[in-house]
Amino acid sequence: MDLKDKLVSSFLAFENGVDANDCIHDIRNEAIKTFENKGFPSKKEEAWKYTSLNAILNHDYSVFSNKEHMVEYKDIKHYFIDDIETFKIVFIDGVYSSHLSQTTHGPMDICLMSAALTKPKYKAVIENYFNKVAVQDSLTSLNTAFTNEGAYIHIPKNKLVEKPIQIVYFSTGNEAATITQPRNLVVVDENSHVQIIERHQSLTDNAVLTNSVTEIFADKRAIVDYYKIQNDNLNASLIDNTFANQHDNSIVSVHTFSFGGKLTRNNLNFFQNGEHIDSILKGITIIKDKQHVDHNTLVHHIEPNCESHQDYKGIFSDRSTGVFNGKVIVEKEAQKTNAFQSNNNILLSDKASINTKPQLEIFADDVKCSHGCTIGQLDESAMFYMRSRGIAEKEAKALLMYAFSNNVLGSVKIKELKNRINNIIATKLGVSIGFDI
Amino acid sequence: MLLIKDLHASVEGKEILKGINLEVNAGEVHAIMGPNGSGKSTLASVIAGKEDYEVEKGDIILDNQNLDELAAEERAHKGIFLSFQYPVEIPGVSVTNFIKTAINETRKAKGLKDMPAKDMLKMIREKAELLEIDRKFLSRSLNEGFSGGEKKRNEIFQMAMLEPKLAILDETDSGLDIDALRIVANGVNKLKSKTNAVVVITHYQRLLDYIVPDFVHVLYNGKIVKSGGKELAHQLEEKGYDWIKQEANA
Repeated sequence: MDLKDKLVSSFLAFENGVDANDCIHDIRNEAIKTFENKGFPSKKEEAWKYTSLNAILNHDYSVFSNKEHMVEYKDIKHYFIDDIETFKIVFIDGVYSSHLSQTTHGPMDICLMSAALTKPKYKAVIENYFNKVAVQDSLTSLNTAFTNEGAYIHIPKNKLVEKPIQIVYFSTGNEAATITQPRNLVVVDENSHVQIIERHQSLTDNAVLTNSVTEIFADKRAIVDYYKIQNDNLNASLIDNTFANQHDNSIVSVHTFSFGGKLTRNNLNFFQNGEHIDSILKGITIIKDKQHVDHNTLVHHIEPNCESHQDYKGIFSDRSTGVFNGKVIVEKEAQKTNAFQSNNNILLSDKASINTKPQLEIFADDVKCSHGCTIGQLDESAMFYMRSRGIAEKEAKALLMYAFSNNVLGSVKIKELKNRINNIIATKLGVSIGFDI
Repeated sequence: MLLIKDLHASVEGKEILKGINLEVNAGEVHAIMGPNGSGKSTLASVIAGKEDYEVEKGDIILDNQNLDELAAEERAHKGIFLSFQYPVEIPGVSVTNFIKTAINETRKAKGLKDMPAKDMLKMIREKAELLEIDRKFLSRSLNEGFSGGEKKRNEIFQMAMLEPKLAILDETDSGLDIDALRIVANGVNKLKSKTNAVVVITHYQRLLDYIVPDFVHVLYNGKIVKSGGKELAHQLEEKGYDWIKQEANA
């Protein structure tokens, strides 16, 4: 039985086994039909032309995780940003781990999707927001059908959440291979500000496939800073589907740091339903071996006077492959739009490759839209300059690559997170020089 | 200190240096002059270890050690510094971070620990003052958007920080106005000592009014065709290079 059939036939058992509001049952039933009709995307689809899921779909994944597995905090401590106070929502094999988490309820809710889907006090928010910005494509529908657990974050208006929120999904690989479908909902009301760090981490070498969906709603003047750390091991694959719905004067930024995993696909979609909105999409990809990272972005400018800024940097070694597919739609009403997109890549090996494709669909006539992509090697004259000052080849290379990605790191607002990413980059580049500036 | 013997070097099969002989001792200032295309910058790059150049024949010896097999960074660790004619822009790396990395990498190569942050800051402050460099300038991206004068001052600032044994200044005067020239030359003069040496590569005599050479060599067509004292530079300023060419071709 292939994975699609297995998932579809498992659905009934799943659906009967979990408790939820009636409306959720309806949404799930609808979603499994959509997935059954569409199946997994294939390379025939334009949006999947350069990314094949075949290699990761042919495992015999277990669809349901068993009991909760205990993990000691000391063993996984280094996956957290632990030098600052944070809220934590932690899952192990898709199951919430209360002893690793630090949540809060009322007036703001930083807690669990499973609770939000069942308890009456969350019903209004769930009905208003759940599955409302997610696009009904096959992978999102698959996630919706199996929605059970994830992070539920609701920040009421006029709240500045001082502690960042860490959402961490661990897989222990207690099954031979596991597929998980985390579902996050982030609702930020007027004038509120929240910072979120999300990470998926496999703790063993078993194959793991994560098909994650995150919905973000930013009301008027809300600020949401979302950071994704993708540094998983080489048997773990991640399909991240993130959707942001923004209202007037809101700012949503998503930074994606892709350093690990076998296959990583980021479907990042922004919908600007208001004026004076800013959407920020940034990413650094540093991969090697046969790793594959695909950034597929969409910014939909619907109303006037909004901005979007996309800046993606990629460094590819060995036989690694990258894709950047950035789509910007500017509707006729969206006059005075400023939409910027840039994608710069360095190929360190002649076996590495990157496919980069900007797609601009502009229907308004008074807009500023720019896009640019570059693919190059390291600047040899800069290399000689640095080496002539005593910086050895490897370190000079690392410093250049660090400099190359620096303006993406520069907009990370949490200092400790920036330090952590600096360290990961230094490790990836195999050097021990400090990059602090 | 530096001994160059019958040095032949080529790039992409074209011979540029055709037998250079030069000896530079500690405490000396040498000027290498010559018309465009005579091989001045090539000589500087070859000494610094640029890999694009092929050394066909001859030796470059620093303190009795042949540099032949040494990479550019290893030569830097041995005390060679090249001030670039066209310093390279490196966006994303600040002047401070770059010089810190360069110093600590050099220390690492010598088996020393990183310079304590306090000492580093103090040194940066002193040397920046010497070259009349503003503190704000130090946090800017290396050479990015710098004026010609700022780039050259920054080169000499790095030289001051790295305290090389042998400094090669490649056309450091080009693109400098008279004030910047004075600051740069003053910096170089203050750094001069009995234990180090400076090789000034220049097309014009102007810089040599400020950095006074002990020896002047004229490079033409890949060879040193004439050597003398500082008066040779004045002669060149007056008469140009044609008489040198005629002598050499005769």
